[in-house]
Amino acid sequence: MNGQVKPLLAIHGLATRFHTFEGMVNAVDGVDMEVFPGETLGLVGESGCGKSVTALSILQLLRCPPAEIRGRILFEGINLLDLGREGIRKIRGNSISMIFQEPMTSLNPVLTIGEQIAEAIVLHQGTSKQEAWERAVEMLQMVQIPEPGARARDYPHKLSGGMRQRAMIAMALSCHPQLLLADEPTTALDVTIQAQITSLMARLKEEFETSIVIITHNLGLIAEMARRVVVMYAGKVVEEAPVEELFKEPLHPYTQGLLGSIPWIGRKLKTGRRELQEIPGIVPSPLEMPEGCRFHPRCPRVMDICCEQEPPMVRLAEHRRVSCWLEAK
Amino acid sequence: MALLEVRNLKKYFPIKTGILSRTIGDVRAVDGVTLTLERGETLGLVGESGCGKTTVGRSILRLTEPTSGQVTFNSQNLLELDREQMRQVRASLQIIFQDPFSSLDPRMSVGQIIAEPIRNHLKASRAERRDRVAYLMEKVGLHPEQMSRYPHEFSGGQRQRIGIARALALNPMAIICDEPVSALDVSIQAQVINLLIQLQEEMDLSYLFIAHDLSVVEHISDRVAVMYLGRIVELATDRELYQNPQHPYTQALMSAVPVPDPGIRKQRILLEGDVPSPLNPPSGCAFHTRCAERNEVCTHEEPTLRDLGDGHWVSCHLR
Amino acid sequence: MTETTKNEASRTQGRLPYSQLRRRWAKLRRNKAALFGGILILIFIVIALLAPVLFPGSPSAPNLMKSLERSSLEHPLGTDELGRSILGRIIYGSRISLLIAVGVVSFGLLIGVPLGLVSGYYRGKVDFGIQRVTDTMLAFPGFLLALALVAVLGVGLKNTVISIGISMVPIYIRLVRGCALSIREEVYVEAARAVGTRDIVILLRHILPNVMVPITVQTSLGMGMAILFAAGLGFLGIGVQPPTPEWGTMLSSGRAYLFHSPHVATFPGIAIVLAVLGFNLLGDGLRDALDPRFRL
Repeated sequence: MNGQVKPLLAIHGLATRFHTFEGMVNAVDGVDMEVFPGETLGLVGESGCGKSVTALSILQLLRCPPAEIRGRILFEGINLLDLGREGIRKIRGNSISMIFQEPMTSLNPVLTIGEQIAEAIVLHQGTSKQEAWERAVEMLQMVQIPEPGARARDYPHKLSGGMRQRAMIAMALSCHPQLLLADEPTTALDVTIQAQITSLMARLKEEFETSIVIITHNLGLIAEMARRVVVMYAGKVVEEAPVEELFKEPLHPYTQGLLGSIPWIGRKLKTGRRELQEIPGIVPSPLEMPEGCRFHPRCPRVMDICCEQEPPMVRLAEHRRVSCWLEAK
Repeated sequence: MALLEVRNLKKYFPIKTGILSRTIGDVRAVDGVTLTLERGETLGLVGESGCGKTTVGRSILRLTEPTSGQVTFNSQNLLELDREQMRQVRASLQIIFQDPFSSLDPRMSVGQIIAEPIRNHLKASRAERRDRVAYLMEKVGLHPEQMSRYPHEFSGGQRQRIGIARALALNPMAIICDEPVSALDVSIQAQVINLLIQLQEEMDLSYLFIAHDLSVVEHISDRVAVMYLGRIVELATDRELYQNPQHPYTQALMSAVPVPDPGIRKQRILLEGDVPSPLNPPSGCAFHTRCAERNEVCTHEEPTLRDLGDGHWVSCHLR
Repeated sequence: MTETTKNEASRTQGRLPYSQLRRRWAKLRRNKAALFGGILILIFIVIALLAPVLFPGSPSAPNLMKSLERSSLEHPLGTDELGRSILGRIIYGSRISLLIAVGVVSFGLLIGVPLGLVSGYYRGKVDFGIQRVTDTMLAFPGFLLALALVAVLGVGLKNTVISIGISMVPIYIRLVRGCALSIREEVYVEAARAVGTRDIVILLRHILPNVMVPITVQTSLGMGMAILFAAGLGFLGIGVQPPTPEWGTMLSSGRAYLFHSPHVATFPGIAIVLAVLGFNLLGDGLRDALDPRFRL
């Protein structure tokens, strides 16, 4: 990876918190990451780690209040958090797009697919409605929806889950964004449809030269799609690595535990063991974060210092960092 | 004699329209399923949405009444039992549900939930029930002191353990696991899977493990049945299935599952189109519309399960 | 599906995790209208219970010497055509109204709830039968139904309670049936069947507790409705009969003197409005505060 290429998106010290009845929830608590042009970055973690909130914070899709976003999110040099409502609206769907897990709830049920795609085109590119419609049909063709002209006039409920997800991808890419945020795009789909969608996304990425941030808890998906990976836990980044290194040599005990705990086809036969590696305990509640390293109550290699102080982020190489006392020593 | 024998099980849901509710067709959720479960083994039942696997589980327990077929459990034909007799069978044939949030009554304490099967079937004093609940909670890795708490005070993984404890309350012989880990986080999945494996060894349980995640199913099962549109298309030991999948659908399924190893760049078998609706299943072989290898015969003749040897069965004209 | 994406508030009506009861209570307290309604009802109940203390003496004893007097120290709200203290009659009238309200909702609770449960849980022919009867009864506006029943049963306090009570039953049946229908589809009910729980036990232990919230709301609103209907019947002369000091009956007899001595009819009218308002405001507030879809 060329160290002189400037990042497309650079997040510095992002902190997003929510005011709730029970107290302040720090969903994202000091996160740094970068996305470079033309790459697929994997953002992986389990529930409560803050990965979705990070993506929503980039596009300011959170209601503030009760949310509060701090930090700097630099996109092509401009801090997105400095943009007002108009400013960020021009970015959404235009330079940065997002697709979500549940296509049924992200598509407007009372508008046809074509109308929804065309809406974004008219808004951002100022074309006529007719032209926008034609472009929408073109997009549907690109995402391999058969009979795109007819499908464009359908309402979302008429389409299957896989087709709706394709429609959403079409909508997201209709204005040729530079960055696509994909939040669990295949989790709600059957695995054979998943395979179709991931190969579609890979193809479109090449064609449109879009960078993708793929947010998921599915490590198989990460292995397949991502070039670099950022691992999050309890609102913080715990590890970052190129994908091969992450799987071959995970450094953070959480990453190690995560990789050890997933069953994969043939694992039992290859390793001869039925037991999976467990990470004991559960993800801490955001209202009761542990002192020191947030992972320490569950860590098999915990040391005294882990219980007292938060570990620093150790940079081992250009795109390799770990937040762990084991590496800091 | 196998512990559980299912023969040609069918469950059709009639579609009614009109003021007089005429039946115009059937959703063939389960369309002739035959399988066996031996003592102490885990049979995996895997398939995508709409394949009918969940309905199979519910039909065996008669939580949904099957349309036709035979279900023999512990040498009893379950479909001939009356309501009370079936109720008693449920002491030995239990179920764990997918959703840890909605499968527990939010208004009952955890202790009450786990004790419910005991109250239904045994005459036990309050103290005896309490002891049994404490024992069960420990067995599944929960703290017995928490038995007076309510479900919403627990995490998803813990709630699933509560559901498991409830299923174990009467020392069942077999448990139908209906997507027990699908709604859980990855690291919690591992905990629950390990727990299920451990309990199986300790208590000589048999599992019918129903899930859509082939990785999980293959890992926990001794034998695996693959379902598509209400029918079983392949049945084999997990070794055979992994090394030698025969049915084109199984092959596509195996190749579609993402493997957590970036070094493996798989040659993907991509299926065309979507899963057909069980309202209108294709003629002949249900899979033929998406099969790259289809022949003339596949479009009009339904294949049957054939024994390829070594306990490996396939339902395909071309194998 | 991960845990965050599962919406914990995908609840059907009637369910209330206990830790949320605190929050619900806080929400109810914040609702000024509901608070006002609650206070009104509290006053109402206290007055009803302490009636003999607040107004010693008989409220119905005539004293023609003092007929139709305006407010005075002795009779703060004036007297009616028979010289009776209007304040005293209103105070005792609160007892009557409370009695009617409680009696009427008891019909709903004791008859409507079980029928609704059975209808919603078992479905089939039983459900069909109960529903057709309910449909027929609900085809009539509530008051007209009560009127029709009075025509059959006759007038008086007892028959007032029965008539309005019977017309309240189909409302409860509908409400409870709807809840039971949705709750019986819940996974935990299926789980209860799977562990061998008998149907009756499921109804009582799983379904009924989860129907309590809509029942509570309906009961508050129903009490207001009962008082209003009773007053209506009383006003028409076919409800509680004089000399019993029911507010509607008082309105009826005060009608003749409306221009000359408006206080005779006005004060009972105000009492009716306040009582019904109180129950309605509280009921609405409860409905908002207890709505399980609302997540604080």
